[in-house]
Amino acid sequence: MARVVVDVMLKPEILDPQGQAVQRALPRLGFAGISDVRQGKRFELEVEGPVDDAALARIREMAETFLANTVIEDFDVKVES
Amino acid sequence: MTARIGVVTFPGTLDDRDTQRAISIAGAEAVPLWHRDNDLKQVDAVVLPGGFSYGDYLRAGAISRFSPVMGTVIEQAHAGMPVLGICNGFQVLCEAHLLPGAMLRNTGLHFVCRDQKLRVETADTAWTSDYVPGQEISIPLKNIDGRYTADERTLDELEAEGRVAFRYSDVNPNGSLRDIAGITNAAGNVVGLMPHPEHAVEPLVGTGRTDGLAFFTSVIKKLVNA
Amino acid sequence: MSLDTVKHSAETPDSAQPWKELGLKEDEYARIREILGRRPTGAELAMYSVMWSEHCSYKSSKVHLKQFGDKAPQTDALLVGIGENAGVVDVGQGYAVTFKIESHNHPSYIEPYQGAATGVGGIVRDILAMGARPVAVMDPLRFGAADHPDTKRVLPGVVAGVGGYGNCLGLPNIGGEVVFDPCYQGNPLVNALCVGVMKHEDIHLAKASGAGNKVILYGARTGGDGIGGVSVLASETFDSTGPSRRPAVQVGDPFQEKLLIECTLEIFREQLVAGIQDLGGAGLSCATSELASAGSGGMRVELDTVPLRDATLSPEEILMSESQERMCAIVEPDKVERFLEICEKWDVIATVIGEVTEGTRLEIYWHGEQIVDVPPRSVAHEGPTYHRPYARPDWQDALQADDAGKLARPVTGEELREQVLALVGSPNQASKAWVTDQYDRFVQGNTVLAQPEDSGVVRIDADTDLGVAIATDGNGRYTKLDPYAGAQLALAEAYRNVAATGAKPLAVSDCLNFGSPEDPAVMWQFAEATRGLADGCLALGTPVTGGNVSLYNQTGDAAIHPTPVVAVLGVIDDVNRRTPMAFAEQGQLILLLGETREEFGGSAWSQVVHDHLGGLPPAVDLEREKLLAEILISGSRDGMIDAAHDLSDGGLIQAVTESCLRGGHGARLVVPDGLDAFTFLFSESAGRAVVAVPRSEELRFTDMCGARGLPVTRIGVIDGDAVEVQGEFAIPLAELGAVHEATIPALLA
Repeated sequence: MARVVVDVMLKPEILDPQGQAVQRALPRLGFAGISDVRQGKRFELEVEGPVDDAALARIREMAETFLANTVIEDFDVKVES
Repeated sequence: MTARIGVVTFPGTLDDRDTQRAISIAGAEAVPLWHRDNDLKQVDAVVLPGGFSYGDYLRAGAISRFSPVMGTVIEQAHAGMPVLGICNGFQVLCEAHLLPGAMLRNTGLHFVCRDQKLRVETADTAWTSDYVPGQEISIPLKNIDGRYTADERTLDELEAEGRVAFRYSDVNPNGSLRDIAGITNAAGNVVGLMPHPEHAVEPLVGTGRTDGLAFFTSVIKKLVNA
Repeated sequence: MSLDTVKHSAETPDSAQPWKELGLKEDEYARIREILGRRPTGAELAMYSVMWSEHCSYKSSKVHLKQFGDKAPQTDALLVGIGENAGVVDVGQGYAVTFKIESHNHPSYIEPYQGAATGVGGIVRDILAMGARPVAVMDPLRFGAADHPDTKRVLPGVVAGVGGYGNCLGLPNIGGEVVFDPCYQGNPLVNALCVGVMKHEDIHLAKASGAGNKVILYGARTGGDGIGGVSVLASETFDSTGPSRRPAVQVGDPFQEKLLIECTLEIFREQLVAGIQDLGGAGLSCATSELASAGSGGMRVELDTVPLRDATLSPEEILMSESQERMCAIVEPDKVERFLEICEKWDVIATVIGEVTEGTRLEIYWHGEQIVDVPPRSVAHEGPTYHRPYARPDWQDALQADDAGKLARPVTGEELREQVLALVGSPNQASKAWVTDQYDRFVQGNTVLAQPEDSGVVRIDADTDLGVAIATDGNGRYTKLDPYAGAQLALAEAYRNVAATGAKPLAVSDCLNFGSPEDPAVMWQFAEATRGLADGCLALGTPVTGGNVSLYNQTGDAAIHPTPVVAVLGVIDDVNRRTPMAFAEQGQLILLLGETREEFGGSAWSQVVHDHLGGLPPAVDLEREKLLAEILISGSRDGMIDAAHDLSDGGLIQAVTESCLRGGHGARLVVPDGLDAFTFLFSESAGRAVVAVPRSEELRFTDMCGARGLPVTRIGVIDGDAVEVQGEFAIPLAELGAVHEATIPALLA
């Protein structure tokens, strides 16, 4: 079985208060040097059968219509062995 | 005739019975609709009520948007049926692309429950004709993902076409762009907003005001006069 | 490891067993062997250890809790008493109400969000299991010092957890408390109350009877959540790691719980269950043994049919798992099909895992082999009973002798003014809107009054406007000074709060939060508090219907203040007549009901101004409390009073400030003859309330008080936009409001 990972991130121009809250906490916890944090979602899909172009196209469609809301989010599809 | 207004229950919907009560108080017949049915039972209008359908998992409204009932709602909305989305219902309407934009986590990151002042921006919709543009109303707001967002072009378009239906008026409770609390589609039959008009229909409960009742009387007048 | 079957255990009587690691005492292990006539199997040992833990068996507390039954007042209102998942009270018109308060203290310290969330989930399932639709929740919360860094970790997590779970269930949160005291550092108290409504005929009980009936487990799949959580987390200190190699924190899924509620209510409507029990602490061990024990005794369970989230769980772990959002129902065979259909409709997994048998034993099988064969009563209801030693601590006399009356008092108007501002802006007296605005108080559309009102009031019938009122109160400072009186003061305050909104108090639920029962001083506090509460409930005619005990709330030798939290439920025939707290009408008269004495022991003033705790708490007069309640209820019913607010911590000036801010009007007050301004403003004498009365009703109202013998004093008028004490000081409402509202956000933002 192959694993396909879909990462979903808020678009760069969209305010991410959760990421900002994490960033603000970092210096308090002694972690310096981080200039920005953005929080996203990671989906791990266990795919039955081969991950060929057709399968990837279906997964891209799934990501575009369901896993991500493209009004506010970008997504990225990666095959993980 | 008595208008028949459907209220959809998705798994995790919370304010469905409250919405049914508000519809009855306004003088129409409330018809429960189930997410798995694509039959709308001959209703004249539909309300998608508030709650946490599917636990707000994935994104608020994202899973409900694909339920069988929504197939018919989308079809009928395009044909002109009045549809109102309240809170989670507004999120469903955006996910279904019946309304533009999307809702994000409140800037304060907390759930916010308050009696919220709104300014009515347009009376030219099926759900707001009993209000006067510029009127101040106060109805409960309660959500954690209520920050309305859309790209600049869409926002400019909404403004230019008079499709911003409500704005937050004293404070912006969640960081919504341009203080937007609710919007309408171009035809004026589909309206979505984050605050809860169904919780401001009786002097005894909730905030003790009845500022939300006009949503339901507006649509009933339109349906009965149609 | 091979399976430890009943057969194997009989053949290997001398195998060493980890009874000690599971928290059992040597004599308890010996008793299990005696009951079974052999050594227990691993699964049986797991069941006994968890069911005989302090949390499940109440072994240290039950000799004292017995008083709630022995001293119960005669009342027709009680339909189901102590012993079931929750008590049930008749509120008229064919309606019954069930309510209960529970603790989730230790889990909330470890993981504030999930601890608090699953606390709400657990109490809601208790109410649901009685056959009721849950209609509201409340959360009394106690934390360490407001400015302690750990409070900033624990409090926002707890509040987000309470809100995150309760909001997602669609239950209005209508009251509760937020209290800070250094004694709760490391031991926050997270108590949760739920109230539900049903018709009399819908009452369901947790018992399994009728041989051949099926046992159905439905709701979430079973995972490794909180294994050992009950025995380790709830009955020992945090230092113990216990036997668990899996995470002890349970994770809640409020969406699943919402489906479980709607699904269960539909199952009730079609009368498909013969008995039902929620799965909480001790999971399936508890549910199966309690159901069987309360029924005819016999039950056979095929444990390998339980749907799992984690396939590697051992049978012992499945029995002990505390995975949330699960229920267990007993269903007649011809109703199983319809039961499963309804579960399918709501996307709830349901599985027949066994059946009620002719016998008297609980038998559990794993892949065809018997691993449990026990008399269920011995597990569920015949656990050990301890008569723990208790003794009045030797420091109690010195504490009581340290009289707060000797503390330096403000003299000038300027000093009074400063101390009033310090009081109303102190963390305990400040506005808690930062917390309660994270809770949905509107959902279900029946909320008539919610926090910061004296009690939460919900309508239960929209046609007749019948409603119920609930208040929770507790004061650890008073209880530390005198546990007997402190428990009665908590009861009296909750009783008064219910009456202040116009409702008639009917019944009590209690959450008893204490330190280690192994400390005789703590055990004395517990004995005194339960005695006080039982005597108080008898005097007020309000029976205890159920509740919860939380012990071991201590770090090292330092126990929390003894903190009995008391919930009182009342009924109001017509919610249109409820009395709010707001001073909303200019010109109305402000009357003080009751007597004001020089009582400052344990007071908010002594804490805020002098950081002092000593002396005696205010005197208790329960006959006076009854009279005051009658007057408040009559005043509401006959339309004589437009606002009422109980006087408790912070005294009169705190109450007047809150009523003025809520109504948006000021007040002009006059110090009554015979009192000095300081005592008038800051005393915490019990049995008092302030009311706002239209001038046209003054005579009728004061005549009624006079005729019934309740002291009433006209102390001022609602007027202007400042709180003014004539001849002493005036504080603009805007200044009071800013001070009152700024404190909590500043500490937590």
